[in-house]
Amino acid sequence: MCGLAGILHLEGDGIVTRRELEPMVAALAPRGPDGTGYYTEPGIGLGHARLSIIDLAGGDQPIHNEDQTVWTVFNGEIFNYVELRAELETRGHCFYTQTDTEVIVHAYEEYGDDFPSHLNGQFAIALWDAPRRRLLLVRDRPGILPLYFTHDPGRLLFASEVKALLPAMRRRPALDPAALNQLMTFWAPVSPASLFQGVEEVSPGEMVVVENGRLRRQRYWEWTFPGDGEYLRGSAEELAEELHELLLDATRLRLRADVPVGAYLSGGLDSSGIAGLVKHSGHPHLRTFSIRFEDPGVDETEHQERMIRHLGTDHTSILCRNADIADIFPRVIARTEAPVLRTAPAPMSILSGLVRQQGYKVVLTGEGADEVLGGYDLFKEAKIRQFWARQPDSKWRPALLKKLYPYLDLNQRSGSAYLKQFFGQGLDDPEAMGFSHLPRWSTTGKTRDFFSPEFRATITDDPEATLAARLPAGFSRWHSFNRAQFLEARTLMAGYLLNSQGDRMLMANSVEGRFPFLDHRIIEFANRLHPTMKMRGLNEKYLLKKALTRHLPRETVARYKQPYRAPDIAAFFGAGGPPDYVRECLSPESLQATGYFDAQRVQHLLKKIEHGRVIGFKDNMAFLGVLSTQLWHRTFVEERPAQVTS
Amino acid sequence: MSTEVKDQIKQYILETYLFTSDTSALGDDESFLDRGIIDSTGVLELIFFLEEQFGVKIADEELLPENLDSVSRLTAFVERKRAAA
Repeated sequence: MCGLAGILHLEGDGIVTRRELEPMVAALAPRGPDGTGYYTEPGIGLGHARLSIIDLAGGDQPIHNEDQTVWTVFNGEIFNYVELRAELETRGHCFYTQTDTEVIVHAYEEYGDDFPSHLNGQFAIALWDAPRRRLLLVRDRPGILPLYFTHDPGRLLFASEVKALLPAMRRRPALDPAALNQLMTFWAPVSPASLFQGVEEVSPGEMVVVENGRLRRQRYWEWTFPGDGEYLRGSAEELAEELHELLLDATRLRLRADVPVGAYLSGGLDSSGIAGLVKHSGHPHLRTFSIRFEDPGVDETEHQERMIRHLGTDHTSILCRNADIADIFPRVIARTEAPVLRTAPAPMSILSGLVRQQGYKVVLTGEGADEVLGGYDLFKEAKIRQFWARQPDSKWRPALLKKLYPYLDLNQRSGSAYLKQFFGQGLDDPEAMGFSHLPRWSTTGKTRDFFSPEFRATITDDPEATLAARLPAGFSRWHSFNRAQFLEARTLMAGYLLNSQGDRMLMANSVEGRFPFLDHRIIEFANRLHPTMKMRGLNEKYLLKKALTRHLPRETVARYKQPYRAPDIAAFFGAGGPPDYVRECLSPESLQATGYFDAQRVQHLLKKIEHGRVIGFKDNMAFLGVLSTQLWHRTFVEERPAQVTS
Repeated sequence: MSTEVKDQIKQYILETYLFTSDTSALGDDESFLDRGIIDSTGVLELIFFLEEQFGVKIADEELLPENLDSVSRLTAFVERKRAAA
């Protein structure tokens, strides 16, 4: 991975100096600690911070084509660069490096704007076609790597992270109220919005073309699903075999590097399956890494150890104490550049720190399997609610929710009322756009109750309407399970999991993550499976289990899916009380100064926490949402460095 | 009795409740209740599967052991429902 930044003059050939680019690139130092590179010509400047993984000696960027008329800076990996290069060479293209980057400029020459369709990888690309005076900004299909841009009078600024845009912006951006409102519904702003007013992202699967001073977005890839009768045919065994072959190839491709590649091992099906596939592919020596928690409620050490014994990997783990999370949380928000509603990114930063400290720059992870192959409890919940909606007066049907939430006491009148009020949302219209996600969105949306009246008055956006307006044309015709998958992939996965919890936490320690389950061939294959192949009844990842069972202990396959969690409020309220920055950020004075939240409500929440009353999901999300927004403001609006208490 | 329906039901019961693909692990007429295979939530999960897989609609008053308590009974029940649809 790396970081890129650049400035384009939208009219004329204004000069971009290296001095302007240097602070932008410097802001990306953790993404690319191994070197920097620049290219400027009248009208444009490109900058790059490099994390060297392929062609260590010859891979400095920017990289150009044969006659230096097409230039690129690029963050990511093109995993099929070996095959693509051979193909381009037979068509007469000449290469001057051994990098994957160089295939980008030649693929553009050969295939024009369709070139991203030929790339198998994770990428954020800026490409300059000098003769045509056009800039392309391209982002990978699922949204693994970030890419942002903003208009500054007469210029377009672009970079891997917003913090690299700030040094070149003449006016510092404020918080975008609509984006925060969306984040406090979907966990992330609706793409292309960012938390920074006027700063947009290139959406996953999209190319932004800037030409003649005008900018247009064009989509080169989308999650699409078939209609009835168009699903893949074959027995579960045959399809599992096909999936296995695809997974094996996706994993093999992701082992390509000129540095050693390790793997995360959480103890769950997905990361264990990837580790099993690496071993099966003949990788001689697999290093694995995991995190342990002092909180037994979220610790998975037992399951990790079972997998380590099974695979015989060389494993290193690190203990994450509750206090560690609180200590690094301000730095986490400086990296995410967005508020978060849980602490889960913080341990991921500690884990990538371990990887780097052990001398590794690249890790494989199991991220994406739940979205692509149907693993989440939310999908089950939606199926059960639909089952209930078929006979809304049934006394029995809602009881199936106990399978997911064993603590539900349906014999109590309160339990039954809660069930109806919470899970019964939308039963009258199970085909509605957000049916699958209504309970989650309404729970998360409770965080918005903490907005101050003044701030709320600045919000004119209805998050669900904004999301609905950006759905693909065929969405309403897809099977309900596929609609839920799409919403999950587009909102939580791309906006939060791959970004705040993924790329940003990996890059905090200059580590590249690679995601075999997000190989576009696997997504496209899985999207053509009938939903019952992904989740059979309530058996999640049905086909994936069949495909991976040969590599895994029986207990790992049969184990009930455990979502990755980290201690939330508990991390901040240990024996010594919360760290100073928590008190400062949540003081009435600070809250009134930023103006986002109602100080009185927040004080009541703090009292509840400090008195040790029962804390639920909503309280956790509200506390973290408020705290992280306040930290975001300190870091990016007030420009105070993120405090680190250890 | 349809072999296809029976095989699908049996495979589901084996995989979901007995965690095996070994068809000898469960006789077609063995009682789920007697064997302790399915609890009350499991019954609903089973109904859920039948509706999804076979496109039938099952009412509360049909949740009876006579309909649901063995592979054979389930198969006959599904076929009756399909014939009536």
